[in-house]
Formats: sequence, C-alpha cells, structure tokens
Amino acid sequence: MARWGLVIDLDRCTACQACVVACKHENNVPFSTPATAAAGRLMTWIQLVAVETPSHGAPTALPLMCQQCDRPPCTDVCPTSATYLNPEGIVAQIYPRCIGCRYCTNACPYAVKLFNWHTPEWPESMAPLKNPDVSVRPKGVVEKCTFCHHRLMRAREQARADGRELSSEDYVPACVQTCPAEAMVFGDLDDPNSEVAVLAASSRAFRWMEELGTRPKVVYLREGE
Amino acid sequence: MGDLHASAHDEYEAITQPVLTVGPLFNRWALGLGAVVLWAIFAWAWQLTFGLGETGLGRPIFWGLYITNFVFFIGVSHAGTLISAILRIVDAEWRRPITRMAEVITVLVLFFGVGNVVLDLGRPDRALNVILHPHFRSPLLWDIMSISVYLMASSFYLYLPLIPDIARLRDQTHGWRHRFYRRLSIGWTGTPKQWHRLERMIGIMAIVVIPIAVSVHTVVSWVFAMTIQPMWHSTIFGPYFVVGAIFSGIAAIIIAMAIVRKVYRLEKYLLPIHFNNLGLLLLVMACLWFYFTFAEHLTTWYGQQPHEVTVFNARVFGPFAPFFWLMVVTCFVVPFGILVNSRTRTVRWTVIASISVTIGMWIERFTIVVPSLSNPRAPIHTFTYVPSWVELSLMAGCFAAFALLYMGFTKLFPVIAIWELEQDAHAAAAVTADPVLAPRVEEA
Repeated sequence: MARWGLVIDLDRCTACQACVVACKHENNVPFSTPATAAAGRLMTWIQLVAVETPSHGAPTALPLMCQQCDRPPCTDVCPTSATYLNPEGIVAQIYPRCIGCRYCTNACPYAVKLFNWHTPEWPESMAPLKNPDVSVRPKGVVEKCTFCHHRLMRAREQARADGRELSSEDYVPACVQTCPAEAMVFGDLDDPNSEVAVLAASSRAFRWMEELGTRPKVVYLREGE
Repeated sequence: MGDLHASAHDEYEAITQPVLTVGPLFNRWALGLGAVVLWAIFAWAWQLTFGLGETGLGRPIFWGLYITNFVFFIGVSHAGTLISAILRIVDAEWRRPITRMAEVITVLVLFFGVGNVVLDLGRPDRALNVILHPHFRSPLLWDIMSISVYLMASSFYLYLPLIPDIARLRDQTHGWRHRFYRRLSIGWTGTPKQWHRLERMIGIMAIVVIPIAVSVHTVVSWVFAMTIQPMWHSTIFGPYFVVGAIFSGIAAIIIAMAIVRKVYRLEKYLLPIHFNNLGLLLLVMACLWFYFTFAEHLTTWYGQQPHEVTVFNARVFGPFAPFFWLMVVTCFVVPFGILVNSRTRTVRWTVIASISVTIGMWIERFTIVVPSLSNPRAPIHTFTYVPSWVELSLMAGCFAAFALLYMGFTKLFPVIAIWELEQDAHAAAAVTADPVLAPRVEEA
C-alpha cells in the first residue's frame, strides 16, 4: 500500500498562491473576509506563512497545509477517533463523527486544523461551482487538508474498472496539479524509485518541526546543490 | 442512638427549621438567580442556533472561557469530598458541622464542570459519540471516565451520611415532604445494625473517594500536559492542578460556610474555630500553590527554549501580565498575609482571603489555557481573545445555577449533619476546648 507524501521546493515556489485558490475550489472551502480572518476565522486548507529557515537571512514563504504526520499529535487526543491516521498515511477526518471539542486543533503544533464556527455560506453565483465529489462540512466540526482524498478514491475506482493496480501517476492533489512553478511533487514515499522519495531523501530536504517527533510526510526543499 | 432521636428533637431545631420554611429573602434571591439562569439559557439557545462563532474564539485560540470554567469548577469540586474524607479519616472532630456543606459543593459543581465541556462542543448533539466511538488514547476520554466515577462516588458519599437526617425529617413532616423523605430514607429506623452498616460504608467510601478525587484533577491537567504545546507540556501539571483544586475547594467551603452561617443563623454550630482551622489549611495550600507556580515558571524561564519562553513572556511580562500578577496577589499575597497571622484568622478575614483565592484560582486556570494558545509555534495570524456576551452570559448562568441548586438543597436537607453532631457531642466539645486546636476563639 502506498504511503502518500508531498515535496515542496521552496526555491521554485514563487508564492503566487495558485495552490491556495485551487485547494479552496477543489475542496469546497468557504470564503473568508478580511474581518473574519482578523478574528481568527480564516478558512483555508493551505496558506503561506513566513518561516525563518537556517541559512536564510529573510523569512521564507512556506506553503503550510496539514503535514500528514506519521506520528500525528492530533489523532491521539481525539476522544471519538473522528480524526485518525489511515493505512495510506493520510490523517483523515470523519465529519459526521466529530463532536467539535477542538482538542485536535489545539494539539496540532502546525495549527493547520480548522473549525467551522458558523454554517458555511457561498455567494449565490458561486454555489453551482461547488465540487460534487467533496462533502460540505456542517457547522461545529473540524476540517483540514486530506491530500484530496476524494481524488484518490476516484483514481482507485478507475483503476479497478480498468482492471489494473493503482499507480502513483493516477492520483495527484489539486494544489500539485495547479502549481505553475512545478514546485510541488506528489507520490508514494515508500516507492524508492518515485520522484518524491528521491527528493525527500536529498540533502535539500527538511521536515518542518521534525524535532517534535511528528514525522511529517510533507517535505520541504531549500537551497543546496 | 435511636433514643437520642426524640430527645434531641428540639435541640437541633436551628438546623431543621431553615429546611422546612421558606422566607422572603430566599424567594427574592431565587427569583434574581433564576432570571440570570433564564438569560443564560437564552444565550445557549443563541449559540446552538448560530454556532460557536458567537463566542470570541478563533484560530489558534480554540479554547477560552468554557474550558477555563471547566477546569475551575472541577477544581472547586475537590472542596467537598476530598476535604471531608481526609478529615473523617484522621478523625478531626471539628469537621462534623462542615462536612456536608462541603460534600454538596462537590456534587453540584461537578455538573457545571462537565456542563462547560458540553457548552464548548461544536456538536453537543453528538456528545454521546464519546461512548459510541470511544478512543481510549485521548485524555478527554480519561477525563470522562474519572469524572463519572467521581460523580457517582461523591453522590453516594453525600447520600450515605444524609440517611439518618432524612429519617429524622421524615418523622417530623407530613404531606409531600413526608413521602419524599420516606422514600429517600430507605427504611432507616436507627437500629444498631443499621448504624454499624452505615458507618462501615461511610468509612469505606471516605477512603475510596480520595484516590478518585486525586485522579480527577490529575487527568484534567493531562488534557493539557499530554499535548506538546509550550507551557502545557509539563510533568508537574498533575500535582500542580490537584494542589490548585484543593486550594480553590477549601476557599469555596469557607465562603459557603460563611453564607449559610449568616443566612440561617447557625453561629452556634459554625464557630470561629472552623474558620480558623480551614484558614490554616488554606494557608498550607497557598504555600504549596506558590511553590508549584514558582517551580513551574522558574524552570521554563531558566531553560529559555524559544517557544516556551514566548509563552512565558506573554504570561509574565506581556499581554497577560495583568492577569498573571493579579493571580499572584490574590492566590498568594492576600491569603498568606491574612492567614499567617492568628489575629486575622477570624471569620471575616478568612472569608476575604477565600474570595481572593477563588478569584485568583479562576484567573490561574485562564492564564494556563489562553496564553499557550495565543502563542502557537506556527507563525500564523493570532488575535486578542475577548469573550463574547454569549460566553459571559453562560458563565454567569453557571454560577447562578450553582447558587440556586445549593439554596434548593438547603431547603430539602439539613446542611449540617445532625446525627454527626449528636453522635459525638462530647468529643466535639472536648476538641473545641482544646488549647492547641482552638487558640483564640473569638466571636465574630
């Protein structure tokens, strides 16, 4: 079984935020206004944050989404197993089971888990553009990046219909598909020949806050050979 | 013991009289507190309709007033059962008139502790999922287990010593009260066999309840300490929270005792020595609390780990400094200053110290919950958390509902265990006259 991972090359990233927009549309993430964002209610599964990395004078813009930890601090604390690490290494959310206690949001050191403070709303003109493959989350539950899990399910169905095994090329999240600078690479970290596995093993690779023992499967690349 | 029953009937009328009569003062307070509770119910309905967005919370400050209240109320619940159990086990005779008042606080306040978690849920309609889909690695589930056990044990521990007094009221009343007490007294007639059984059970429960009580607040602290967040991930949180819980618990008993004493004119039973002795206990806890707080903050500051020290600075010098220093004053400076001096260990001043401690311990819970969340490791946008009217209304409602239920209890059951007084009147008198235990008995 695959162990899905994402590599982001910070030297290629132009901070254009196309991934942010693609993710919002793909996953039916509701809009936020500057006022709601200021109150800490910004809904976005990816955002660019300024992070100081060693060897850099100025902070680097780092696309931050769920790091899909192999040892996630958020899943341990969930009282109902509504968030859990699935066999393919994706930290999953079961929206209909979540009681909205927000323990996982507080346990996550990356602060990437979001809470639905209100019932999500879309402008009337945008309503028909919602992705039918992704459920809209009700108020009161936690959500976050799922590596576009619905795309994985669709790819698996397609592969089964074609009578073949699922391969890494069948499935890619919306952010990776969109990135114009080709700074993002997605694939199976357990396949030693895959591009992600090679990049993740390079000397340019670092995992953010890995000193906490979270073992993230989002790997960043920075300056080096 | 049975024969004491009839002869002591009049002697304890001062205790039974307030139970059976309802005065205008009670009605006025009940009405006022009832109005606050109704307003809180409206606020809750508002929050249920529009969602938790009606609070002042956001990312990354996902927890605020409700969780502060949760920790505070569960802490206060250590008032009763633990204090009463410890004093019972060490045979402190002066405990007799105060144990029940303390035990009632425990049982009632636990509901508000648990209630605040429910208020904090995004989906309270799914609260039962913690039983349908339990995840035993979550400290919240440990909490649910230990608090349920504590609630059952402390309810039982409150009820057992009530039985002889319920039987006494059964024999004095008619109508619905008689039927009510008859049912609750489960056939108590005061035979030696019944007394033997009762005292044995109370003795067992007093021991059983202590480790349960300690586990409850330890597990509450672990909700924070088991995460890896700065200034939550602390090894001393278990004992630190237990000490804080007993500390705020004793303060709550003293306040309740003073109010009951004044309103129901029980000066004959609730003597200055009780305030003096509980004041001494409060003093010990104040010193312990200071020791833990000092140890916790010194190690963090000395280590200077970047994320830890960010939270430390926010708490001690930054935006939360007014709360932090007010906490140091109200939890240590004021109670220590008052209680260290035997001249100021009077009823009035012990109560002032207790009010100060109660406020301080609430602030302590707040400065543990909010500053860590306000300073996350990830450099995301943060904001200043200001509780909304919904949160403040629900907090007021919790305190009002607690007071209302406590008042209601005093109208159904005697707040002083009558049988305990008459059972060992001689021993109690002997201790009150003891020069060591009762240094300066001043009438307040």
